[in-house]
Amino acid sequence: MTAMVKAEGVHKSFGAAHILKGIDLEVAKGEVFCLIGPSGSGKSTFLRCINHLEQVSAGRLYVDGELVGYRQKGDKLYELKDSEVALKRRDIGMVFQRFNLFPHMTAMENVMEAPVQVRGESRAVARERAISLLDRVGLSDKAKNYPSQLSGGQQQRVAIARALAMEPKLMLFDEPTSALDPELVGDVLDVMRGLAEDGMTMIVVTHEMGFAREVGDALVFMDDGVVVESGHPRDVLTNPQHDRTKSFLSKVL
Amino acid sequence: MKKTGTADQPPTPPTPAAGPEAIKAIPVRHYGRYLSAAIALGAFAAIVYAFSQGKINWDAIPDYFFDDRILNGVGQTLLLTVLSMAIGVVGGILLAVMRLSKNPVTSSIAWFYIWFFRGTPVLVQLFVWFNLGLVFEYINLGPVYKDEWSSFMTPLLTALLGLGLNEAAYMAEICRAGLLSVDEGQTEASQALGMSHSKTLRRIVVPQAMRVIVPPTGNEVINMLKTTSLVAAVQFSELFRYAQDIGQTSGAPVEMYFLAAAWYLIMTSVLSVGQYYLERYYARGSSRTLPPTPLQKIRANVLSVGRPKGGMA
Repeated sequence: MTAMVKAEGVHKSFGAAHILKGIDLEVAKGEVFCLIGPSGSGKSTFLRCINHLEQVSAGRLYVDGELVGYRQKGDKLYELKDSEVALKRRDIGMVFQRFNLFPHMTAMENVMEAPVQVRGESRAVARERAISLLDRVGLSDKAKNYPSQLSGGQQQRVAIARALAMEPKLMLFDEPTSALDPELVGDVLDVMRGLAEDGMTMIVVTHEMGFAREVGDALVFMDDGVVVESGHPRDVLTNPQHDRTKSFLSKVL
Repeated sequence: MKKTGTADQPPTPPTPAAGPEAIKAIPVRHYGRYLSAAIALGAFAAIVYAFSQGKINWDAIPDYFFDDRILNGVGQTLLLTVLSMAIGVVGGILLAVMRLSKNPVTSSIAWFYIWFFRGTPVLVQLFVWFNLGLVFEYINLGPVYKDEWSSFMTPLLTALLGLGLNEAAYMAEICRAGLLSVDEGQTEASQALGMSHSKTLRRIVVPQAMRVIVPPTGNEVINMLKTTSLVAAVQFSELFRYAQDIGQTSGAPVEMYFLAAAWYLIMTSVLSVGQYYLERYYARGSSRTLPPTPLQKIRANVLSVGRPKGGMA
């Protein structure tokens, strides 16, 4: 079975800043893959490379066996057109730290937007699914509310529903609970746990070690643009091998 | 995007059985306000008196206020304002998108356009359009249309091109500021959903940019309404030109200027009210409650007369 995501020596620089310095990893289908590490370690950048919000500078990155952002013909790489990139992004849902809901649309409209506009679904069909998705994240009573009328935790759950509306095969979570009040984190993690149980492939950049330990199938500790340590979350979190991992975990646990 | 609202139905705190006793205190007296109001009223009265004693035949104004030519002029002024603003807004959005485009060709063209039209006075541009027949003798659109420039370039078209294209340059800068004001996360979120560049712009960015674009555009409309008085110079008949004409034939030229000023004031006032409602419309979703309409405000004020609340300035 091909890996859902496969990275081979992925580098990323912004001008002189070298953020990713050769990332190799594999995310299997149906896996919950957690990325942890100090801020500035490149976790979010790597996540954004997966749906080509950032362009990889060197190395190869594959999603479901296909190269991200390029087409390979012989030994030459061709940049994909914007429309081709957009086509691939349909299959990858992304949840942001700052939610990024569309503030001029209600929760319902946020969830319906992509199916209607991107896939050309009828509004009736999109509405049906939006209702069931909002129900799934426990917000069926907030369908008519605008994002500014929702709490952070509710906004993030709408954002998850919005990403799910495109029926993605892979979900990317970029610190989904970092901007939330502690008391609201649980609701969002519950939704994510439910997704994991349904077999969704998820890559989660997180500081929630409890979630990683309980739900994660694999975990990678990144620091300074490289993978320092990887393995099963229980092993890495309880019995870290590297000093860097140990000192990081001693601060966050 | 701040966290707002409550988490999930918090239990309501117990309310005290009886409300607390309201404070009754002597409010601070603002003697300065009474004094400044008296001075302002006095100055206003002096100005009104000076004008009433001047050699101005005030009776001429009501005589001509609803004159057919004046009403026709008002209509032409409004028509010109609407059409030139339409050209300006459409052109402005187009130029702003071009200016922000990654394509260096389109962004340079937009930059050059804005540089030229913002850098020259609109009155000069009007005269240039009017006299462009010296450069182009004929207008020739192949099989579609062919005519002499002078008969093609009617006063209306001159006025529209002059005002509209100039306005587009200003609107471009307003639109650009609006587009840039939308959080980048919005573009990322819509792209992550697989939306194309143009869909992202149309569905996500532009509607949010409107909140920033509408208020200065309202100013531009009001400005445009007044600027239309310039096109009298290129033989287009609108309010100001009709007022001038009447002034010359009726022997009350200055009075007609006052009349025109009054009409411009009425029109700009109406536009200001329209602008308020438009801003209110585009504020939806950004604040939890919409600001009250003027009518609601008046109603609230009238109802609260007699029991003033603290802090009313």
